[in-house]
Amino acid sequence: MRRAIWLSVALALVIAYPLLFSTPFQQRLGALVLLYAIAASAWNIVGGYAGQVSVGHVVFFGCGAYAAMAVYHHLQLSPLVGIPVGIVVAVGIAAVIGVPTLRLSGHYFSMATIAVAELARLIVINIEFLGAAVGLSGPPVPRNVFDVSFISALPYYYLFLIILIITLGITWWMTESRMGFYLRAIRDSERAARSLGAPASRTKLYAFMLSAGFTSVAGALYAMMFGFVDPESGLGILLSVKMLIMAALGGAGLLFGPLVGAAILVPLEEISNNWLGGKGAGLTFVLYGAIIVLIARFQPGGLLELVYRLVAKFRKAPEEVAAQGDKRAP
Amino acid sequence: MSFVLVQVIVGGLLLGAVYALFSSGLTLVWGMMNVVNFAHGDFVMLGMYVAFVVYTVLGGGPLIGAPLAMLVLATLGVIVYFALIRDIMKGPMLAQILGTFGLALLLRYSVFWYFGSNFNTLPSNLVGGTIDLFGIRIEASRLLAGVVALVVTLALHLLLTRTALGSKMLAVSEDSTAAQLMGIRPDTMQAIAWAIAAGATGIAGALIATFYYIVPTVGETLGIVAFVTVSLGGFGSVPGALVAGLLIGVIESLSGYLISAVYKDVVVYAMFLGFLWFRPQGLMGKM
Repeated sequence: MRRAIWLSVALALVIAYPLLFSTPFQQRLGALVLLYAIAASAWNIVGGYAGQVSVGHVVFFGCGAYAAMAVYHHLQLSPLVGIPVGIVVAVGIAAVIGVPTLRLSGHYFSMATIAVAELARLIVINIEFLGAAVGLSGPPVPRNVFDVSFISALPYYYLFLIILIITLGITWWMTESRMGFYLRAIRDSERAARSLGAPASRTKLYAFMLSAGFTSVAGALYAMMFGFVDPESGLGILLSVKMLIMAALGGAGLLFGPLVGAAILVPLEEISNNWLGGKGAGLTFVLYGAIIVLIARFQPGGLLELVYRLVAKFRKAPEEVAAQGDKRAP
Repeated sequence: MSFVLVQVIVGGLLLGAVYALFSSGLTLVWGMMNVVNFAHGDFVMLGMYVAFVVYTVLGGGPLIGAPLAMLVLATLGVIVYFALIRDIMKGPMLAQILGTFGLALLLRYSVFWYFGSNFNTLPSNLVGGTIDLFGIRIEASRLLAGVVALVVTLALHLLLTRTALGSKMLAVSEDSTAAQLMGIRPDTMQAIAWAIAAGATGIAGALIATFYYIVPTVGETLGIVAFVTVSLGGFGSVPGALVAGLLIGVIESLSGYLISAVYKDVVVYAMFLGFLWFRPQGLMGKM
């Protein structure tokens, strides 16, 4: 009950944000936070809940981004048509690379996913159909609302918010289902989970495919907002790293962790880029690197876990005192 | 024609020896403490920049650059071990991957920020010119790099298998509690392993810098090369890394020559995935 009240207050604030902070920069910032939150939440399904640290999620992001732009470029269709196409391709790729790589434990999976992402980028650079090194552009002038090309960031903000709510809703539903229990068991000890009859390989694969699908949607939305995609923006390894960092900073394996991470890191990057210009790009990633190292070293559960722990401690304290008092009484 | 092919293969072997050298650092740390250093390629990149700075400031070649890079990187390795690795080793898998990944970003973009994203090269005549060996033309810089890398890798193997220090390190990697009972400090041994691993990347970086492009993001490519080498050679095996490194050097050179230079990385990455798929324990290793 208390949780529901908190959630509705937070939701109301998020809905009201672009109206309260209405400059174009602030609205764009809000939309970007939500966009990255979608991508990081999608990563969280496999990276956080299943504990399989993928560094190649940009492949799925690229599927969505390229699909959205390709259906416009080659067929003159609305980029929205690209969303289902991207999902199908991303889930297909996830199945193909997931079957062999998810057998690998821990580090191997991470390395394999890096190699897949780099391979995808190198291949796409040489494919003329996907615009090679130049990339693909969306509609220069929107023909109708279905081209999802707006000057204001406001429509993007609410579109992204709806998609984020769907993503988080499905993630929540997953964690409460049998699959969520399997995933948690696998993350804590795959061997123990297997010995108790949890279908580890299949569950991990499903999580990977689900995660890939949502990441692809994030990619499509990204391409619609920016109006283009090229190998660097759609398949660059740094994008995978951003998803991973945002989720880990907020709290990997926590429902709202990625959102918290995105709400901290996206403004940080945008402001430092604005502030330092082109040279800021390097410095932003120095800062990112430092943040991840510190998180890994001191608070691997993420910031949100720290908050939850403090809240739990705070709540428990009076009860504990009372319980001890009871014991002492007789 | 055949002379050209031989030349390509020899070039590949020489490059492969350098790959073997920096990969043996990765395999050492991996085999000993089951930690994968995702910043390994960026260590090599730092070694390259040390050589670059030595050249631009002092005008010196790899003769000064390589020992200096080794010292700088070995120091960094020890600092990284005590400040980061020692603690994240005990943590969850996510923390281990994040920790070294964050380190990679930190190093890569600090260099990017300071030196910019330009491609730098050392002058090609820094180490002699081109040598004609029985009709095969080899750049002296590549020959020097390959031969020195081979010697250092073999020396590393001897250090690990023939000395008391090597036995102590092996003891810690087998069973650190038992080693502790025998009066060996696991902490010290693991710090030494990090010093050796990072020092090897320093030498390799300084050597490869004489003929390779120097750019902050080169560590990403070289890091993947190291992963391929280690997964091919088996985890923890220096001789495995040597054979795998030479093999990858040759395959890369041949695919660059026979297919196209654009696809040489594609071939290596695809090979890596193929190996992870069919033989995750490596060519010689067991799991």
